[in-house]
Amino acid sequence: MTVETTARPVLMKGNEAMAEAAIQAGCDAYFGYPITPQAELLEWMARRMPELGRAFVQAESELGAINMALGAAATGARVLVSSSSPGISLMAEAMSYMAGSELPMVLINVMRGGPGLGSIAPSQSDYFQATKGHGHGDYRVPVLAPSSIAEAVDLVAEAFAMAERYRTPVMILADGVMGQAMEPVVPIYRMPPREPAGWELTGADGRPPRILRSLHLQPEDLEAHNQKLQAKYAVISEREVRWAGERLEDAEIVVVAYGTAARVARTAIERAREAGLRAGIFRPITLWPFPSRDLAALAPRLRAIVVVELSAGQMVEDVRLAVEGRTPVFFHGRTGGMVPTPAEVVAVMERARDATSAAASDTAVLR
Amino acid sequence: MTTLAPDTRRLIYERPELLTDRSSHYCPGCGHGIIHRLVAELLTEMHLGPTTIGVASVGCSVFAYDYLDIDFVESPHGRAPAVATGVRRVRPDAFVFTYQGDGDLAAIGTAEIVHAAARGERISVIFVNNGIYGMTGGQMAPTTLLGQRTTSSPAGREANLAGYPIPITEMLALLPGVSYAARGSIADPSAIGRTKKMLRRAFDIQLAGGGMSIVEILSTCPVGWGMTAPEAMEHVSKEVVLTYPLGVMVDRMKDSPTSKDKDEA
Amino acid sequence: MAITVEPVIQPTSARGSFEPLDIAADRCKGCSLCVGICPKCVLALDESTVNALGYHAVQLTDAAVCTSCALCARICPDAVFTVYARPKGSLT
Repeated sequence: MTVETTARPVLMKGNEAMAEAAIQAGCDAYFGYPITPQAELLEWMARRMPELGRAFVQAESELGAINMALGAAATGARVLVSSSSPGISLMAEAMSYMAGSELPMVLINVMRGGPGLGSIAPSQSDYFQATKGHGHGDYRVPVLAPSSIAEAVDLVAEAFAMAERYRTPVMILADGVMGQAMEPVVPIYRMPPREPAGWELTGADGRPPRILRSLHLQPEDLEAHNQKLQAKYAVISEREVRWAGERLEDAEIVVVAYGTAARVARTAIERAREAGLRAGIFRPITLWPFPSRDLAALAPRLRAIVVVELSAGQMVEDVRLAVEGRTPVFFHGRTGGMVPTPAEVVAVMERARDATSAAASDTAVLR
Repeated sequence: MTTLAPDTRRLIYERPELLTDRSSHYCPGCGHGIIHRLVAELLTEMHLGPTTIGVASVGCSVFAYDYLDIDFVESPHGRAPAVATGVRRVRPDAFVFTYQGDGDLAAIGTAEIVHAAARGERISVIFVNNGIYGMTGGQMAPTTLLGQRTTSSPAGREANLAGYPIPITEMLALLPGVSYAARGSIADPSAIGRTKKMLRRAFDIQLAGGGMSIVEILSTCPVGWGMTAPEAMEHVSKEVVLTYPLGVMVDRMKDSPTSKDKDEA
Repeated sequence: MAITVEPVIQPTSARGSFEPLDIAADRCKGCSLCVGICPKCVLALDESTVNALGYHAVQLTDAAVCTSCALCARICPDAVFTVYARPKGSLT
């Protein structure tokens, strides 16, 4: 993969930039269904894919879209699907089948508020769904969370590479702000076309037939299959963890946030530092695998961690699991499409500092 | 020492090449076995093995991939037409078919089949209608006949409780994206012969560049119906056909020729 | 070891040894569809034995009467029949 740095940045909407990034990364097929706030992604593909002679179908539903992706992926095509929260719920079924059948695909979720029809405004309330599940069964899907449109463009190509390397669906977890905002980007990533890996369905011409399936009716067979999947997830957890930190060297309070919440947090930590609070930010880029080890290594030298999300508190559970009670974890979240302000985040950081200062005299509380 | 005499008998019928040697999991007398054999015969006779990608569905026939010696992808329940759409759109040269039961196609997968048909996807759909959910223990299907007893319509299907049997192939035949729609049965050898011709026509239409071609096949579930295999066959030819009449509903590619049947040659 | 070549002796209808059907009895599930369809009534389940699947497999009771019509092969859900043409004039 190379980036043509000579190209001039262009101002693009996140949805369109991610779509074009997929095209530049050699996406062979896109399947989607209109839903706000990701509709521009579908519209971009509707225009661009046919003019490039690539596959585009506006499906009858999200179920239709992702199962078209399943079929195309089974033949070895590089496939993109996108939707927003309620649509992702419908796609959960096929995510499970694709994980079980080990089919590569990139799925973009431009999250909106829930539960139910919720709202069309940005949200991060699908963290549990993205990282802990979607569908049924023992499986995991790498989840990449961009915090800028330029990063979203990078992560689209990364996601395709990861999907093909590990034969797995990969999710890009963006939110309504990432989808709708405009930023300057250079969406000109080039990936080599997929090399046949030997499992793709091409017609059994001069070779034994291939079967792609998730059904293993014998308990021994299914357990062996699950063990194979788990071994793969262990490798992904070992190799693919990504996160970014800012101002961590001397930080006493660290905000853990991803995506749009991390944008707010970045402003907040600068303001906090102006007010004399040594603040830093720890921004997971892979939500699964979660950067637990690195956060755990950082945690003991912090007075407190403040988790900020556009949710009622989802990623905060992984943060607590990572630090195992060694560091107090505070949470600040807004829901329903409301976005926390930097001032709100600074206020929580200050409360965290004050609470831990008061407790500092009593080491039993901290230790 | 003995020498085996070469078999000089002239062959009239043999197990088709693309049907694997494996003994099927189907119950004795189950129609799936006959329909699998027809599909294997046609894929063999039409030399489609090397280019075919089959799309399996969920239900008794999920294991079709164990018996047909071709590339296969398994779909979630009802989604086979969407999966086949994905295959078709990136593999224009492949021969693509779905093999679906009535629960799969006419209940949980209704949206997928209707819209694949509306788009005129160049796929062939083999729709096996035995009016029951066999795999899960014989529950009522969307195609179950009025009055038919199943494990979930123990008093017989009543329209006021469970609605009417769905003639989905007739519904699909209305759509211009459907190039061919027909209904055959496997109730006796001549019906099986006519059904094979329908399947051949459906396959020919895909190869000729037509839209969706669908053949509904009235089949049996002797165990689920509580009948012997011969009784089940008689039930199809005397009762089931009254709700689901046999014949070609539409052939929108009449000018396109049908390939020669080996038996006719 | 000596190489022995023996003449191939063709089965002839005159000797009544022509076998019009090969039956893969190990795959038969005894559904009896073929038994009912056979116009000459020369197929029957062998109730003296069960195959590995646990069924009474079908057998040809009188090869001399079979016309090789192949209806059995066309109805069989388990594709157990291979059918051969009867040599001309061999039907009794």
